[in-house]
Amino acid sequence: MTLMDFSAFIVAQKVQNGELTAVEVLEAALERIKAVDGVPGELDYGELTEEDRQKVHAFITLTADRAYEQARKVDHQVKSGETVGPLAGVPVSIKDIFCVKGTPSTAASRMLANFIAPYTATPVERLEAAGALTLGKVNLDEYTYGSSTESSAFQPSTRNPWDPGRVPGGSSGGSAASVAAGEALLSLGTDTAGSIRQPAAFCGVVGMKPTYGRVSRYGLIAFGSSLDCPGPVARDVRDAALMLSVMAGGDQRDSTAAAIPVPDYLASLEGGVKGMRIGLSPEYMQITIPNPETGEVDIQPLPEEIRRATLHAAEALAKKGAEIVENVPMPNTIYGIPAYFVISRVEAASNLHRFDGVKYGYRTDSDFEDLKEMYRKTRAEGFGLQPKLRILMGMYVSAAQYSEQYYQRALRVRSLIRSDFEAAFDPKGATHLDALLTPTTPTTAFRMVDIYGDTVLMQYADQLTVPANHAGIPGISVPGGLDSDGLPIGIQLLAPDYHETTLFQAGYAFEQATLNADWRKVKPEVLR
Amino acid sequence: MTEYELIIGLETHIQLNTNTKIFCGCKADSWEQPPNTNICPVCTGLPGVLPVLNEEVVKKGALLAAAMHSDIRLTSHFDRKNYFYPDLPKGYQISQFDMALGKGGHLDLPMPDGSMRKVTITKLHLEEDAGKTKYEHGQRYVDFNRCGVPLVEMVTGPDLRSADEAAQYLIRLRQLLRWLGVSEANMEKGHLRCDANVSIRLMGETILNPKTEIKNVNSIESVRTAINKEFERQVEVVEGGGRVEAWTLDWDEAANRLTKMRSKETEADYRYFREPDLLPLELTEEWREDVLSGLPELPLERRTRFMADYSLPEYDADILTSDRPLSEYFEAAVSAYKGDPKVVSNWMMNEILRMLNDLCLSADELVLAPEHLAAVIKMVDAGTINNATGKSLLVKVQQSGKTPETIVKEEGLAQVSDDSALLAVIDHLIADNPDEVSSYRGGKEGLFGWFMGQVMRETRGKADPQLTRELLQKALKGG
Repeated sequence: MTLMDFSAFIVAQKVQNGELTAVEVLEAALERIKAVDGVPGELDYGELTEEDRQKVHAFITLTADRAYEQARKVDHQVKSGETVGPLAGVPVSIKDIFCVKGTPSTAASRMLANFIAPYTATPVERLEAAGALTLGKVNLDEYTYGSSTESSAFQPSTRNPWDPGRVPGGSSGGSAASVAAGEALLSLGTDTAGSIRQPAAFCGVVGMKPTYGRVSRYGLIAFGSSLDCPGPVARDVRDAALMLSVMAGGDQRDSTAAAIPVPDYLASLEGGVKGMRIGLSPEYMQITIPNPETGEVDIQPLPEEIRRATLHAAEALAKKGAEIVENVPMPNTIYGIPAYFVISRVEAASNLHRFDGVKYGYRTDSDFEDLKEMYRKTRAEGFGLQPKLRILMGMYVSAAQYSEQYYQRALRVRSLIRSDFEAAFDPKGATHLDALLTPTTPTTAFRMVDIYGDTVLMQYADQLTVPANHAGIPGISVPGGLDSDGLPIGIQLLAPDYHETTLFQAGYAFEQATLNADWRKVKPEVLR
Repeated sequence: MTEYELIIGLETHIQLNTNTKIFCGCKADSWEQPPNTNICPVCTGLPGVLPVLNEEVVKKGALLAAAMHSDIRLTSHFDRKNYFYPDLPKGYQISQFDMALGKGGHLDLPMPDGSMRKVTITKLHLEEDAGKTKYEHGQRYVDFNRCGVPLVEMVTGPDLRSADEAAQYLIRLRQLLRWLGVSEANMEKGHLRCDANVSIRLMGETILNPKTEIKNVNSIESVRTAINKEFERQVEVVEGGGRVEAWTLDWDEAANRLTKMRSKETEADYRYFREPDLLPLELTEEWREDVLSGLPELPLERRTRFMADYSLPEYDADILTSDRPLSEYFEAAVSAYKGDPKVVSNWMMNEILRMLNDLCLSADELVLAPEHLAAVIKMVDAGTINNATGKSLLVKVQQSGKTPETIVKEEGLAQVSDDSALLAVIDHLIADNPDEVSSYRGGKEGLFGWFMGQVMRETRGKADPQLTRELLQKALKGG
């Protein structure tokens, strides 16, 4: 047991009351990183060595100097009796899609490999102001476009601490893996279709996508601006609540960040689930995959282990006093991915326009005749496959002659998905749920390379998480057991807008109910 | 010879005179600032930054919309207009597309023959400006200072029928913008920029033929010249059996000619979609009413009222309402004067306008207040001073800041209307100039003016001209 096996909540307490110094905590984190992380991701990395295949590779950039400076400041404050923030001395990792002043902010792309941000993203600023120690930037799919972290231009890409032959999920793969391997106690991720919850599920940690607008997006390099949500990745529910309480709230620099007061998530954590109405929906117990041969959609039941873990969670919550409502109709769930394909790509293609080689980031080294050729070469060389695919499709479906058929139609589907949730959560409705309980992912962590390259199949890893992004509602993934391969299974809870409190309460209640379960005693492989 | 009709529509970009840019805290105006010194991460489109709408921009845009008789939508949206250009740092311009702040509208344009031309407005929306590129020494340079400057884009229907009408529209628009205080509307500084869509058709036809778009016509005079040149070119093409093609033309001010920029076979696809980084722009009825309560009487309404209420000729009313401070000055002077408004108008059109011109000031910047003008006119009416003294008195008030009454007293400017004093001067004059007196008496009546001048010189202009004339005549005859 090292310091890195404590929760962020406990560590902050110990630092606050002088039992531990922030520098000690930081050193424990750096030691853990040294032990498990291996080489950091870099451009044009050659063949992986056998050792590389056993390491986590969560980090792209370590900012130990910055963290030491922060740690010394915290220690000085504690020593001189000043009040320190609620995250005093807590080492955090930051998904490298957030800008942090003076540090490379790469989006895991060659395009931004040389970009040093001149400002700091709002959520990072708030974490640092609360006393957190920013260890560095962690890996992700290039520009967050993926669900395995394999598409990063910085290799080796992150590997799953539970089985380094498998992916950590994505796109916040570095975030989830760094927390699972105890390299960081908390990590800041982003969720556009499930990019926090899916890797959290794959890595056996807690991940929350807050309500759209609950956390400012200022400084987050945009993917799908109407879907992107920064959110916490943590070892347990209380840590996630602690982290969100620091980051949430309005921001003058982001007009889509709601100025609604932030409740005391920690205080209500132990509120329990007595009387809470928690739903189960058949549409979330199936896997929908389009058949490229026939164009039809194949619907199959979920793997039995995942189904069972979800039902176990329902039983555990029922024992704590929740009322389980079965057969909640969520008929538009199956359209989540197709609609997402269209909306996210239109926004992504537009958001990628600014990377043109004119002002910052990559510009082609080869000669060019004119401006157009400079654009073409820069973007051809600077972007990897995933951004290119998104640009092509985004340009196509937003073209004037197709926009009505695809983009406008996808927006209508999006409202239908939202109306499913509104009906389910309507206090005067038939089900009047407080939360919906679902599996987080249709499978556990898949093997590296297995799905990579099949962009459509990869996207379907998000089918149970994407509806929350369409609807803008909050969702949390908490560990719900292990499958027969010893891989973590995640269960998801979804709640109405700004009801993060409900999710923390239910998640915490489930944690308490399963505190002594055997699967909770198993550690990730890299820590055994 | 076949007669052709000219069909013109104007696209204008109006720079609003807010303190800060539309989506960030940078100053809106960077006139004559070195390149790239008035910029921030937001207006230069760094990764991860977000726009935050400046409410002042919406207020000024709404005022303009109201003045153009455009409906102000309570819910409007911002959209992304996507295209690549080095001076567009995000690769898209934040603009408004199908649900803009203003809907419809028109401007009534008084024509020289007294009729009104109703020019319809088909588009009125808010947007951000792009930067500037320039070529020098074979290099392309970009200046982002102008990025994010708030603009209103306003497009007219194809309603204008001559280059003069197009010029008239711009003159009236410029007047209106300054009147409302929403833009400096200085065309040289690019506050008011104009592109002209031009086509021709046979007189009597009602169809619209393919049009050309003339870019960069940035003075009233070049609008007139460029449109006339393009009219001649199109007529020549058609007369020669050709077809006018939808080109984009560039107006080269220095060379005084049009050059073809590009063919416009197909419309560019900007792949407009809603800007997800901004919420829909929701206005309340109260907000709208509050802003509109600041809408002043508009120039044409005031012009009509001046003609009706003050019985001014159209010519006077037009000039006195050419800008808002001038019209307000006039009304204040009339109310202080209480006499015939036409008298005030005459003084304004001559003396005050000359003074404004000489000093390059607007009426509200004068030291000489409307009450001062009224006082001076009253003194002239009462015969306390003569006309010429009155005129110079205005200048003295402006220069010294003293009231007219004080200056008259201090400098003893009041007219000499005392018989005995004047008679003494005249007697002296006659005694000293026997030759002139006998010439006059011998029939050279033209000399009377010379005698008048001498009396004025002696009295330093203070002699009451009427009285002097009478006394002088009597004295000269009497000999």
